[in-house]
Amino acid sequence: MEFFDFFRWEIIWNYRELYAKGLWATIVLTACGYIGGIIFGLLLGLGQVSKKKLIYWPAKIYVDVFRGTPLLVQLLLIHLAVIPTIFGSSQGWWVSGIVGLILNSAAYNAEIFRAGIQSIDKGQMEAARSLGLTHSQAMRKVILPQAFRRMIPPLGNEFIALLKDSSLVTVIAGAEILYVSKVVAGTYQRFWEPYLFAAFLYLVLTYAVTKLVAFIEKRVDINYNPRKKKERA
Amino acid sequence: MIKVENLHKHFGKLEVLKGIDYEVQEKEVVCVIGPSGSGKSTFLRCMNLLEEVTDGAIYINGVQINDPKTNINEIRTEVGMVFQQFNLFPHMSVIDNITMAPMQIRNLNKQDAEQLAMELLDKVGLREKADNYPQQLSGGQQQRVAIARALAMKPKVMLFDEPTSALDPEMVKEVLEVMKNLAKEGMTMVVVTHEMGFAREVGDRVLFMDGGYIVEQGHPEDVFGNPQNERTKAFLGKVL
Ligand SMILES: Nc1ncnc2c1ncn2[C@@H]1O[C@H](COP(=O)(O)OP(=O)(O)OP(=O)(O)O)[C@@H](O)[C@H]1O
Ligand SMILES: [Mg+2]
Repeated sequence: MEFFDFFRWEIIWNYRELYAKGLWATIVLTACGYIGGIIFGLLLGLGQVSKKKLIYWPAKIYVDVFRGTPLLVQLLLIHLAVIPTIFGSSQGWWVSGIVGLILNSAAYNAEIFRAGIQSIDKGQMEAARSLGLTHSQAMRKVILPQAFRRMIPPLGNEFIALLKDSSLVTVIAGAEILYVSKVVAGTYQRFWEPYLFAAFLYLVLTYAVTKLVAFIEKRVDINYNPRKKKERA
Repeated sequence: MIKVENLHKHFGKLEVLKGIDYEVQEKEVVCVIGPSGSGKSTFLRCMNLLEEVTDGAIYINGVQINDPKTNINEIRTEVGMVFQQFNLFPHMSVIDNITMAPMQIRNLNKQDAEQLAMELLDKVGLREKADNYPQQLSGGQQQRVAIARALAMKPKVMLFDEPTSALDPEMVKEVLEVMKNLAKEGMTMVVVTHEMGFAREVGDRVLFMDGGYIVEQGHPEDVFGNPQNERTKAFLGKVL
């Protein structure tokens, strides 16, 4: 068992508290980035299907810019340039990291929302409007509920992508999983254990998310109807 | 009830409606026939502004609906529309399809809305399908639900765009039956249809459209029995 003797897993154990913090940081960064990215992405997506040019173009340009540039560059710009310029000083990696992840994932989510909304047959909007619903009522009651169902798989993929991308917050010294591994690696000058363990943690997280998405997908299946047939007078 | 004056509709360069004048009286059933592409759907869709009108005026109960000052959502609640493809909301049960608009727009509470919905489902003979989802119904049943959904807003006029064209032949009758009953109850209706039998039996007036014009109109017996225009003759020769 020489192969296993090579590994010194006690390194990880010695740093368990730091790893726990790193894991927590990854989860919080991803969760905040994702939730913010969904809300902002929905607004951008609605902007991208708007007929009003003053709404359409800003949304479209935003999405193209944030999808067309690396998240790494965005994070550095936000952390080192944008936030210090606006607030006079850095607000720390938590703020920069969450803001960066929100702004970036919003652009990808916007595309998902746009495609989801546009995939709904236009007869649905016409039927809703012909009943007298306003455009926004029709969106809320008819179009979005249907579009959301179709958007769950791509939104799930986006969640996983964001989870992995959160490791980029390392470059602004965000103490998440990868950063902790780097610290451990630097301290011991050992690279296998810390980085393998980082990979393992990411794998566990992405696996959990995959399962969660599959569960949600099943729950909102159009044929899944928990409402029992009611007795009607 | 409905009055259309010099209605023009362009899609870009294509002129689809080339000046249409006509009137529908209260309780009248007007059937619109004509070859494919003649502008029948466009004409119908202009009457609840699903299509923007290029030129001309449309009045419903004296209100010009294509005036920018008119609240189009309010107008649409008075004009029910039934589509060829049903366009039921697939994520809602049958009863929710029917109650949604009255609850959203008329602020009906759930109980009243459901009672209204059940009455309408009785009318179209589908009470027992209230909790089913649209995709669990046959085409004919879906179209009957779509009619009930439109009626739930208590419209003053109903527009039908080829309501039976997407149906298997054995289901056409059940839908026409519902429409016939509506007509008997005095509903004002404009029906684009290829069902000449229906036009003849139920229609008070038939409009024949071709090339963006109303080419001929009159009582069904006259239009079918003794068409005056050459194009009407040619069309009827093919379909009858
Ligand atoms: N949204 C649109 N954009 C461009 N052209 C359109 C549009 N809708 C309809 N047209 C054109 O307008 C013309 C009339 O179409 P319309 O659907 O009103 O005909 P129709 O009489 O209902 O035919 P059918 O019996 O096939 O339903 C056709 O040439 C069609 O191609
Ligand atoms: Mg048509």
